[in-house]
Amino acid sequence: MSADPVHSSLSLNRRAFLAASGALVVGLANLPHEADAAPAASSIKPPLRGDQLDSYIAIQADGNVEVFYGRIDGGQGLETSIAQMVAEELDVPFDRVHMVMSDTARTVNMGGASGALGISRSGMHLRSCAAEARRLLIALAEKPLALPAASLTVTDGVIHAVDDPTKKISYAELIGGRYFDARLDWNGKYGNELTVSGRAKTKDPATFKVIGTSIRRKDLPRKVFAQLDMVADVKLPGMLHARMIRPNIAGAVPVAVDENSIAEIPGAQVVWIKNLLAVVAPKEWNAVRAAQRLKVTWSASRPNFPGHEKLHEHIRKAPIIRRTIQAENGSLEQGLQQAVRIIEGEYEYPTQSHASTGPACGLADVRDGEATVWTSTQKPHYARDGVADLLGLPPDKVRAIWMFGTGSYGRNDQGDATADAAVLSQHLKKPVRVQYMRHEGLAWDPKGTASVNRSRAGLDANGKVIAYENISKAFSRLDTATNEGRAAHTLAGHLLGVPLEADLSFEVPVASYTFPHKRLGWEIIPPLMQRASPLRTTHLRDPYGPPILFGSESFMDEVAAATKTDPVEFRLRYLTHPRDREAVKTAAERYGWVPRPSPRNDQRDGDIVVGRGIAYRRHFDTFIGLVAEVRVHRNTGVIEPLRYVCAHDCGLIVNPETLRHVIDRQLVYGTSRALFEEVRFDENMVTSVDWLTYPVLHIGSMPKAIEIHLINRPEAAPSGAAEMALGLVPAAIGNAVFDATGVRLRRVPFTPERVKKALA
Amino acid sequence: MPERLSLNVNGQTHVVEVDDPNMPLLYALRDELGLNNPRFGCGLGQCGACTVHMDGVAARSCMVPVAAATKANITTLAGLGTPEKPHPLQTAWLEEQVSQCAYCINGWIMTGAALLKENPHPSDDDIERVFAPLICRCGTHGAALRAVKRAANAT
Repeated sequence: MSADPVHSSLSLNRRAFLAASGALVVGLANLPHEADAAPAASSIKPPLRGDQLDSYIAIQADGNVEVFYGRIDGGQGLETSIAQMVAEELDVPFDRVHMVMSDTARTVNMGGASGALGISRSGMHLRSCAAEARRLLIALAEKPLALPAASLTVTDGVIHAVDDPTKKISYAELIGGRYFDARLDWNGKYGNELTVSGRAKTKDPATFKVIGTSIRRKDLPRKVFAQLDMVADVKLPGMLHARMIRPNIAGAVPVAVDENSIAEIPGAQVVWIKNLLAVVAPKEWNAVRAAQRLKVTWSASRPNFPGHEKLHEHIRKAPIIRRTIQAENGSLEQGLQQAVRIIEGEYEYPTQSHASTGPACGLADVRDGEATVWTSTQKPHYARDGVADLLGLPPDKVRAIWMFGTGSYGRNDQGDATADAAVLSQHLKKPVRVQYMRHEGLAWDPKGTASVNRSRAGLDANGKVIAYENISKAFSRLDTATNEGRAAHTLAGHLLGVPLEADLSFEVPVASYTFPHKRLGWEIIPPLMQRASPLRTTHLRDPYGPPILFGSESFMDEVAAATKTDPVEFRLRYLTHPRDREAVKTAAERYGWVPRPSPRNDQRDGDIVVGRGIAYRRHFDTFIGLVAEVRVHRNTGVIEPLRYVCAHDCGLIVNPETLRHVIDRQLVYGTSRALFEEVRFDENMVTSVDWLTYPVLHIGSMPKAIEIHLINRPEAAPSGAAEMALGLVPAAIGNAVFDATGVRLRRVPFTPERVKKALA
Repeated sequence: MPERLSLNVNGQTHVVEVDDPNMPLLYALRDELGLNNPRFGCGLGQCGACTVHMDGVAARSCMVPVAAATKANITTLAGLGTPEKPHPLQTAWLEEQVSQCAYCINGWIMTGAALLKENPHPSDDDIERVFAPLICRCGTHGAALRAVKRAANAT
């Protein structure tokens, strides 16, 4: 750090200021503009050490506040909400807070987008940092104002005497453009594990002025007026456009390439490194044409995939390579022995794709032993690490700059495109932009895993559940990690022969129901293909929510129906935590739920029938109840979602309107997962290659009404909201279909053909 | 041999040099003119992310050969309105806080604006009909419909 001239001079300025109590305004050392594509350079270069306040917050000379946020805003308003949290604690106008998001040269690794932790974890850390900054600034003001801290307060970034607003000094005057040089209480970790806090107390929620208000999203005007450059829009001087060449049969590798086949295309060139094959050209369309025309001879490969129709049969029969009981109480065996009745249910969830609207794009400029990548991956710090690993560079020689881009919905293909760009740029010694084509965005992204979920319940003579078991048998959800921080977790790494590092893991539903004997676990089967598989798994938004909850929450309904119990009443019998209970009750009450067992049995003969269903979950400290009302067309098998009523408790609410939108949009997304989405594949390859072969929700299938009831608990720490509600949609719809028809849907997606067959 | 073509985009005439007259208009707008707003989503006319107006009609710039676009008045989202002079649908889009990632935004706003021009007071069905082919993976469909109605009511 001492070698950094800017840092040194600013530190000197800071020390000079502390020594003198006179001149307060210090000229700013302007950093050179670091890259055309990067956000505007800040006046202060954060030291990137977890224990330094300067790594998180800077006051610029003009009084603007910069927040260095080592995560991203994937479109759910975090740029705004996090800034609100900082503005609140720092007592500065919201408009003066500017967020710098996941540029590895300017932010410490706070984990990227992960588990909806933006507000609940990093937002809270930055809130504490802001409170600490305010405390330190007030202490600094004591001398120039000749008043004790206790008699000072802050209004809009100006410290003044509580009883005399004319005795004042601004943050900018006190420290603008210079370092705090203050240490924080830091746990020594980076990524999701990082925790950091200052000594200052954060504000009492009763005094909030900015937190809890519906400030509009900072990013939207730029998006609506086409003023925001996304990663796909970055243009580097002299860059080459690249398109990757993928085989038509999974596992095949190139054995011969006919370069003459693209000889007529201006500037087109083949890049072939081990099994990684690409074409590049100075003009993008020429790269596209070259990719279409290139003649490649591929090795023979026989993947013998089971095909998506027989996938669950395959999962049932496949050997178990790891079995884990993750949560257990009592003795399941004993409970089942005591039971007078045992109910069993099995539910199947398909493979699903991230299917981002934009196929991945990434850029890299690798030269002179250094690399810069431009990426819209969820986890830019890990992209930096993975690129360093792939290129054989130390991580501190690689800079990853995050930019807005297509929504990723989990660990999608963006990390892979970034890695491809880096490998190609290193090889060609030129800047390279990789843009995937549509078929790659669906057929080659890492996938959300398919599973078979088995549940059992043992009932006593009174119909009370005394034993409950939920076991998911599935592919690991982590063939490739949730981030691209190692070469082994990128498609490029696979093609370059890097040894694989698969993890074997699944999950269980959060154990909020209290049963005397309970066992929750999972069984992992081998992947269908080891290396460079188009079906390799990783985290898809709400990684295990939809698959497991479709099983567990459909099964709760199944047991309720078997015991002729109202499904809301049934859940409340086994939920003891007040927040769990309130989420379920609120959803039911706001829907106008009239207690009765399902199915409703009064409309058996009609073609068109209507039903209602409930599903509930707890995820971290977010508590959600969702009621779905659907119309089922028996003759066609079409399900129309009529009305969703969602009760949502995620503790303290930072921005109510944005939160509503986050829930509203994800319930639509969850509907797409429930009704439409399934990665199709045959024995050789994924056959979902476009929006016809990977159908998703279009506007005609929207739920007709979505009602959201926010349960605000200012006294409770905020929990996440970005993906918690969506996992309930498949079960809520399935339960509503059962209510309408008496038929239980056991396989997602609920396509008309499948529903028709189930109803027949 | 490269060919020189003239394009009229957002009220200005540009000359572009193309190696292939069949190159989709999208690549000319993005790479030759630096108009980043129409985006590549599928290259198949299945998603709408590349939508522009050609003579006021919504068109998929990934499907229109650049050579077939030389006589049209082309408008992109950047040419639809500005923060100072917004199109009513852009205003409504902000009022409704529609978008999340906004990768698809050109398709929705340009399609909605073309509809409003032809039919200033569309019904829900009218809006659903023009929005039917558009992809949005964030789930903003309903909000987009509400924004079109808001814009219609504002004029």
